Amino acid sequence: MKATAEPPAGDAPAPDYLSSGYSLRSWLCTLDHKRIGLLYLVSITFFFMIGAAAAAAMRVALLSPKGDLIVSDVYNRLFTLHGVLMIWFFLIPAVPNVLGNFLLPLMIGARDVAFPRLNLASWYIFMTGAALALYAILAGGVDTGWTFYTPYSSTYSNGHVMAMAAGVFIAGFSSIATGLNFIVTIHRLRAPGLTWFRLPLFVWSLYSTSIILVLATPVLALTLFLMVLERGFGVGIFDPKIGGDPLLFQHLFWFYSHPAVYVMILPGMGVVSELVACFARKPIYGYRVMAFAILAIAALGFLVWGHHMFVSSQSIYAGVVFSLLSFLVSVPSAIKVLNWTATLHRGSIRLDAPMLYALGFMGLFTVGGLTGLFLATMAVDVHLHGTYFVVAHFHYVMVGGMVMAYMGGMHYWWPKISGRMYHEWSARIAALLIFLGFNLTFFPQFILGYLGMPRRYYAYPEEFHALNVLSTAGASILGLGYLLPLIYLSWSLCRGPRAPANPWGATGLEWQTPSPPPTGNFATTPIVTEGPYAYRPEEP
Amino acid sequence: MNTGSPLATLATLLLTQASTSAARIDHAALGLLAASAVLVAVLAGLNLYFVVRYRRGSAVPRPPSALASWKIETLWIVATTIGFLGFFAWGARIYLDVERPPAGADEIAVIGRQWMWDIRQPNGRREFNELHVPVHTDIRLLLTSEDVIHSFFVPAFRLKQDVVPGKQVSLWFNATAEGAFPFYCSEFCGSKHANMIGVVVAESPERYARWLAQGDSAPERLARGGVLYQRYGCSGCHTQPSAVHAPALAGIYGRQIPVTGGGFVRVDDAYLRDCILTPGKVAPAGYPLIMPAFQGVVPEGDLIELIAYIRELDAGDRVDPNPRTSR
Repeated sequence: MKATAEPPAGDAPAPDYLSSGYSLRSWLCTLDHKRIGLLYLVSITFFFMIGAAAAAAMRVALLSPKGDLIVSDVYNRLFTLHGVLMIWFFLIPAVPNVLGNFLLPLMIGARDVAFPRLNLASWYIFMTGAALALYAILAGGVDTGWTFYTPYSSTYSNGHVMAMAAGVFIAGFSSIATGLNFIVTIHRLRAPGLTWFRLPLFVWSLYSTSIILVLATPVLALTLFLMVLERGFGVGIFDPKIGGDPLLFQHLFWFYSHPAVYVMILPGMGVVSELVACFARKPIYGYRVMAFAILAIAALGFLVWGHHMFVSSQSIYAGVVFSLLSFLVSVPSAIKVLNWTATLHRGSIRLDAPMLYALGFMGLFTVGGLTGLFLATMAVDVHLHGTYFVVAHFHYVMVGGMVMAYMGGMHYWWPKISGRMYHEWSARIAALLIFLGFNLTFFPQFILGYLGMPRRYYAYPEEFHALNVLSTAGASILGLGYLLPLIYLSWSLCRGPRAPANPWGATGLEWQTPSPPPTGNFATTPIVTEGPYAYRPEEP
Repeated sequence: MNTGSPLATLATLLLTQASTSAARIDHAALGLLAASAVLVAVLAGLNLYFVVRYRRGSAVPRPPSALASWKIETLWIVATTIGFLGFFAWGARIYLDVERPPAGADEIAVIGRQWMWDIRQPNGRREFNELHVPVHTDIRLLLTSEDVIHSFFVPAFRLKQDVVPGKQVSLWFNATAEGAFPFYCSEFCGSKHANMIGVVVAESPERYARWLAQGDSAPERLARGGVLYQRYGCSGCHTQPSAVHAPALAGIYGRQIPVTGGGFVRVDDAYLRDCILTPGKVAPAGYPLIMPAFQGVVPEGDLIELIAYIRELDAGDRVDPNPRTSR
């Protein structure tokens, strides 16, 4: 995106956002979208580390088939805390609230989001929810799984279900506030000349994600509220013993949670589009189709929740319709994968660390997407539902897809965020380790699932032993891969060389302002005169 | 893909196919696997090729593509849609067969409860965490849960069904191989979820019949049902000559009876179950609705024995062939 900016009025450059104040108050009361993005970055990194520690503990426990390392009740609490923290306190806020908060105003040439105070309030709401969830964990934990299926959660479980549900309930309002803020920002604050079809695909993905957040999250709030009503006050909604219907919970829960899967993956797709275009120095192939594919995924994503329920005893004919719609929602995802590959064609490709993550994403997301087809194929799902195949599938999409994209985006925009360059070769090695470790961890789980190993088992029959050991071995490599960036990115904060305004030679308004950007983002409002990704492969 | 292919042989080596559905489901999965493998290989190959050939600094010319991009986009939208719909139809076809039980299957009741499987054979023989079935016979499991949602999963049969409290669901299969095949609970159900496992013992019909006869407890079960019939107070209203408030149940099983709001209903297991748990749902015509709902009061095991008892109540005991329509 080329922009013509008039020269700044004064000679003295505005102070960058990082050095505009060093007190704790200047961070906790900031209205600057970039600082709020960093508040999210610190918080979700913390939750990621707790969630990852729980995963590590589970993988170690599964080294023994007898379940003699960790007893069942502890194991059940570990996978619940892993799921709840990773989904609501890491994956859902990761790209939108960290990268989105930081980048959205920069990418559309705005000084901030539409409602800066709401933006800060959203972080406080998020942290309140997180505090409740952490309380539930410390007070003794919850053993329902992140899905809170009734009537187990509403009647039988004796963990701190209400506190955990309240935490997720409250965090949901943060999602809604951020979503609303982004929608208004994208509608109202685009720079002159930045028409809808000149928006970078990352902005398109944030827009779709925000719509999903605003429409779907209230349903989750309602579902958890009803569950708490039943658990706390004995109002019969889900438990048949008091007149409820257990399947109603699943319908409501997945009506939110399936679209939420797209909240987790769409922003990742947006990030990857930016990376592929920049490092192949080519406009994204089929830009408009890519933008419409994002919208199509967001819209169809609301109509496929029943594919989580093929064996739940919902009507088998309803199941057929949900299966059909699930295959249709995979078409736009497939188109996106094919268009990224087409973008590489006749490009001018450099394999810097962000691009390695983007290529990793393309491979792992493809496997994640294709194994999704196995689960959308009803008869095959009857066998695979509730097994490790499902665990492997959603980790390929969520970790292999979303986390790879998030890491790629973090590296790509790190110079902009921190004003420093990281050590390139450490980053490439970490990207490679994560890719290898990830596959070694989760590929064996596809086979385990097909062989029939159910998920959420703290002990398992002997025949599944070897593959579990392999998976744990992979997890240790994966863990190392995640530790490395923590080290070299922290190191670069103090010791890294200063980053220029545009280290990658990328298009996009965020690269036209200094690194790190001044508090108001742009000295003068940029004026946009061409579409995104105005790259030429011949140029260096 | 046919059974003779090397991939299918590999799948068989990995996991026994022991039901009529297993091979069909494996074929669909192998079809998906083959298509996925081709796609992943092509995409990974293309990506690698492009990354090497078009690396920055290589002298390869990069003229703009001659093909209009909308043609390519249309091509792969159409191609993926058709391919995906093919797999949809394949999976749905098998699913409908797997989910709809054939007529005349032998019925076995399975009750899931934290954390065990309680199984009742047709003649009343009970077993726990073991399910004896004859091979080459259509078997229909009637599954209920007494507490939370469980899921009955037999990997060797490639079959699974969630067991939901408050309703009776069914799962049918036809075992094709003799042997012992593990089954698991595959819906998280609490502390000992991982211990809620058992084994399907599939044996020849003759051996199965011998096994069944050893534990023939039909008379005992009837006696138990009779005790329950008294204990839950059914006999107070439903036994002659006191059938003033309620229809007499002797001989009613299998008959068509008129129901409130018009129409007729055949009295079968499912109808009796509904009448006991939620009497107002479809009530027999001509009686005041005074029966209390037994939802949440009668455990699933008792319900099965009660229904078995009512089924066997014969009409010998002075039956009123037509329920009263007015008093």
